[in-house]
Amino acid sequence: MFGKLTLDAIPYHEPILVVTFILAALGGLAVFGAITYFGKWKYLWTEWLTTVDHKKIGVMYIVVALIMLFRGFSDAVMMRTQLAIAQGSNAGFLPPHHYDQVFTAHGVIMILFMAMPMMVGLMNIVVPLQIGARDVAFPFLNAVSFWLFAVGAVLINLSWFGGEFAQEGWLAYPPLSGLAYSPGVGVDYWIWSIQIAGIGTLLTGVNFFVTIMKMRAPGMTLMRMPVFVWTILCTNILIIAAFPVLTVTIALLTLDRYLGMHFFTNELGGNQMMYVNLIWVWGHPEVYILILPAFGIFSEVVSTFSKKRLFGYTSLVWATAVITILSFVVWLHHFFTMGAGADVNAFFGIATMIISIPTGLKIFNWLFTMFRGRIEFSPSIVWTIGFLITFTIGGMTGVLLAVPGADFVLHNSLFLIAHFHNVIIGGVVFGYLAGFAYWFPKSFGFKLNEKIGKSAAYCWIIGFFVAFVPLYILGFMGMTRRLNHYDNPAWQPLLVVAFVGMLIIGLGIAFQFLQLLVSYKQRNQNLDVTGDPWNGRTLEWSTSSPPPFYNFAVIPTVKSLDDFWRSKEEGTADVRPTKYADIHMPKNTGVGVVVGAFSFVFGFALIWQIWWLAAVGLVAMVVTIIIRSYDDSTDYYVPAAEVERIENLHIQAKAKQGQNHVQ
Amino acid sequence: MSKQPHSTPLRMLALFGIVLVASLLNGCDWTLFDPKGQVGLEEKNLIFTAIALMLIVVIPVIIMTIMFAWKYREQNKDATYTPNWSHSNKIEVVVWTIPCIIILALGIVTWNSSHSLDPAKPIESSEPKMVIEAIALDWKWLFIYPEQGIATVNEINFPVDVPVEFRVTSGTVMNSFFIPQLGSQIYAMAGMQNKVNLIANQAGTYDGLSANYSGAGFSDMKFKATAGTPAEFDAWVKKVKASGQTLNADTYHTLEAPTIKAPVAYYADVTPKLYETIIENMQKGTNQPVAKSEHGEGHAEEHTAASAEPKKTSEMSADMPGMAMSTPQH
Amino acid sequence: MLRMVHHDDHHGGHDDHAHHDAGPMKLYGFWIYILSDLMLFASIFATFAVLRNSYAGGVTGKEIFELPYVATETAALLLSSITYGFAIIGMYKGSKSQVINWLLVTFVFGAIFIGMEVNEFHHLIVEGHGPDKSAFLSAFFTLVGTHGLHVTSGLIWMATMIALVAQKGLTPANKTRLLCLSLFWHFLDIVWICVFTVVYLLGVM
Repeated sequence: MFGKLTLDAIPYHEPILVVTFILAALGGLAVFGAITYFGKWKYLWTEWLTTVDHKKIGVMYIVVALIMLFRGFSDAVMMRTQLAIAQGSNAGFLPPHHYDQVFTAHGVIMILFMAMPMMVGLMNIVVPLQIGARDVAFPFLNAVSFWLFAVGAVLINLSWFGGEFAQEGWLAYPPLSGLAYSPGVGVDYWIWSIQIAGIGTLLTGVNFFVTIMKMRAPGMTLMRMPVFVWTILCTNILIIAAFPVLTVTIALLTLDRYLGMHFFTNELGGNQMMYVNLIWVWGHPEVYILILPAFGIFSEVVSTFSKKRLFGYTSLVWATAVITILSFVVWLHHFFTMGAGADVNAFFGIATMIISIPTGLKIFNWLFTMFRGRIEFSPSIVWTIGFLITFTIGGMTGVLLAVPGADFVLHNSLFLIAHFHNVIIGGVVFGYLAGFAYWFPKSFGFKLNEKIGKSAAYCWIIGFFVAFVPLYILGFMGMTRRLNHYDNPAWQPLLVVAFVGMLIIGLGIAFQFLQLLVSYKQRNQNLDVTGDPWNGRTLEWSTSSPPPFYNFAVIPTVKSLDDFWRSKEEGTADVRPTKYADIHMPKNTGVGVVVGAFSFVFGFALIWQIWWLAAVGLVAMVVTIIIRSYDDSTDYYVPAAEVERIENLHIQAKAKQGQNHVQ
Repeated sequence: MSKQPHSTPLRMLALFGIVLVASLLNGCDWTLFDPKGQVGLEEKNLIFTAIALMLIVVIPVIIMTIMFAWKYREQNKDATYTPNWSHSNKIEVVVWTIPCIIILALGIVTWNSSHSLDPAKPIESSEPKMVIEAIALDWKWLFIYPEQGIATVNEINFPVDVPVEFRVTSGTVMNSFFIPQLGSQIYAMAGMQNKVNLIANQAGTYDGLSANYSGAGFSDMKFKATAGTPAEFDAWVKKVKASGQTLNADTYHTLEAPTIKAPVAYYADVTPKLYETIIENMQKGTNQPVAKSEHGEGHAEEHTAASAEPKKTSEMSADMPGMAMSTPQH
Repeated sequence: MLRMVHHDDHHGGHDDHAHHDAGPMKLYGFWIYILSDLMLFASIFATFAVLRNSYAGGVTGKEIFELPYVATETAALLLSSITYGFAIIGMYKGSKSQVINWLLVTFVFGAIFIGMEVNEFHHLIVEGHGPDKSAFLSAFFTLVGTHGLHVTSGLIWMATMIALVAQKGLTPANKTRLLCLSLFWHFLDIVWICVFTVVYLLGVM
């Protein structure tokens, strides 16, 4: 009746988990209590949970990402602490059964449930505004995508309180992840949380590709799009092409585990090498899905805060396109040591190195944007400078690993760990945090405290080097990854230094949460009244902060690249429209939440093999969608008078502040 | 308003420099930079060559970052300010060409070294090669010496300057056979064989490990590889032969049971072609270890979070006709 | 937070194209979705290609594929594409009854295809050649089965469309949906041609 689910699944006898559960439960109760106390349930439902507004969906993605950052960082704390002490006869405080779940969860969470949603969130908030559109192409689909993702995040966290999580590494290679060697529910949690969230991501890919291709304001040709939009376009092409491969690969593993098939088993013809190939055919584009938007953010930030046009727009666009295409022909560099032979290894190695050419080009373009600019040292620029130094080093170690002969001694060592953290933290995280600081005022109407923001950035940058340079060295000293204890005493001092680095990064994260609290408290002193706090160049800065729910009262007509800057220079930025028109908007709907809820039932039931419940969840999802298709009133018109009223509020506020002016 | 920007990038650089220098001073001791065999030596040189080529670009980029950030900070009103300058053919040519040249050089190095360091490529030597078969188990390494007819767990010995061809497979999940101080690793996969050719040019005892996570006992899946004189090797073989144990289907079956921190074991004789049989059996699935369900809970810990589920073995058709497959060779 | 105003009634002048382009944009989006589905099938085809000879000492394709049977179900599917085409012609003519009738015929042909496929699978499993017997069989069942699941989803969608059109007529929204389903249905037809060529025809040679 309940499949594999029994009361034994609850880990009563694991103190760390029990404490975590109590804390999480208390935290949850506190949040629920606060919402009830302030009477905000209706507000939450009507304004947030049922929204189809891209700006709010984006905020929700980022909220989940920040919570998961905390969770993923806790995993890092545990790992660094364990390794700092577990030398020789000291077994540390985490037995293998736990440690192995921690490192697996850390990877899955940081990549798929922290970095991806942070990126999708920023993409949601910014892209329609930057292209002069009122929303994305398919707002309802956008909401469904968010809720599917959120369900994935819930499932992965649930594993700690019921059952176990996967212990096979973040990509769960078979045969270790097959039924014979991992019969527990851990891998199944891994499978369903990623599959459900992955569907959400794929739908987002389709949505934003169509949005960018079809909903740009009139006059905005492709070569007049902001670079950030270009990088998002390429990112979504990668999502559309790569995520189906992930879906298939995980589905094949699922078939092995649930129906006894032999795709990846040791016996009866299974081929574990094929899993490795398929998963990395997805996996490599995935890291470009993460980094390209960061590149786009840096392009925006460096131009705005250098008070100068972005250098080499055309070559940046071409470089992005080249990187996108090349990212599909390098996947084998993740397993040079699997034995494919010299010709194959050399091909993929050289292809990988070639990507460094357009990437290097971008770095030079950013440097030459700073050159002869007037650089304002906002937190976003601190992140950028940190990125330029850090990511360049990470790229170098990556090209080193791309040489098969070198990889033969460095594969799966801590050198590899250091490399990918180098590019992910130095590139992806720094980029998203720079974007977070840059677009925060647009979203919420007030600026973040800059002093705390810079402190956070310095802590992250310094902390990164202190935490990961020792790992590079440990790789050279022959230490492999995923160890939970070790004998070699020479390794310990370096692991202690790495532990300290982790603390410094933790301080950086603490500063960021502090920044949010302090900035909220001080918000009235830091209001963004004009909507253009940084004297920006692109269209999002022409709206109020936050923008009205319809984004633009009148869709702008674009005449050039950096069109908002042009309109400021020509003095047409503040011209009031002579006439307003009714605006067509989609209605909020609870269907997204409902579909998400049923997908949770479906996923949970499949994990525990409660077949009847899984069927119920699936049927319910389909029925909900069918019911939705009967709904004829999914949109409405905002009357022109209402639009005018809202616009006037903003115009009056700006007038009080003074005119926008061009430097 | 904000504090002086210059101190921070400089501080960053100084900190990094200190860490770097301090560690480089110790660098000669690092395993990968202190190889004891030809393969490792070529790989170390390859690492240095690649890094040197890339530093040609990386160092100027870092310097430019710091210099530009400092010189063009907004407080420096004396610096030239060209807000609309955003294109320069000269710069484009340079920033495309120089990386292209470096990558071309690196590409040639890559092509050549991928071939010269191909693990399956025999090492040229006047000495005849020795064959050692390595089978990854949970969580130990089984070594079979087919020419000498002996086997060991977690310990190997071979003479200095003799090329050794390791033939690597797995009796369980994916692992990676790796002796860092001698050079290349190679994946160990069930039902298949990978070869890695290594050689020790200096005497010593070197750490061996698995470099691919394979379960709860992975951290202790270590072995020792000792290289000495031919006489020392012969003495070692004699020692193993004196152990009295035999490695056959039954004792192998016992070995397959998951154990952590397995002690060194010696087998005085080995069923002929046992290694080939293991590969075949892993394909067929007739050799499933009895204790496999323990693998899933997978450890010697007293408590398990997962409910112990009667494991579902994949169908091992007892009625399967004879194998027509040949072992895929790498 | 700016409050939203809800109005269902008729609108005045409007300047944005989104409303008018909703249908074509949905169709464009569906094409993009089809591309992703193509990647999905491509991955499974690649898997099948790798495992096509991994018989594990068991049956080969030659021994279990019955070409006349497959030809029949193929005919059913191909015919269903033609009949769907007639439904679309009816849609452009504005004839609700033509649409519904041809959708019903299409549904029947599609159901015949699925029925025959389920029968083939059942037959194979009962004879001891199920997907758990070898990697080749796993790949076969999965490739053909994934296509079958897609067709089944199409049938559910089709049934929904029949009901929607019957109840609400050929509204712009319904027409867009019919066009999307048309894309989906023909796409599955093309995939099937690849499937029976690569799996069945090449399998028995």
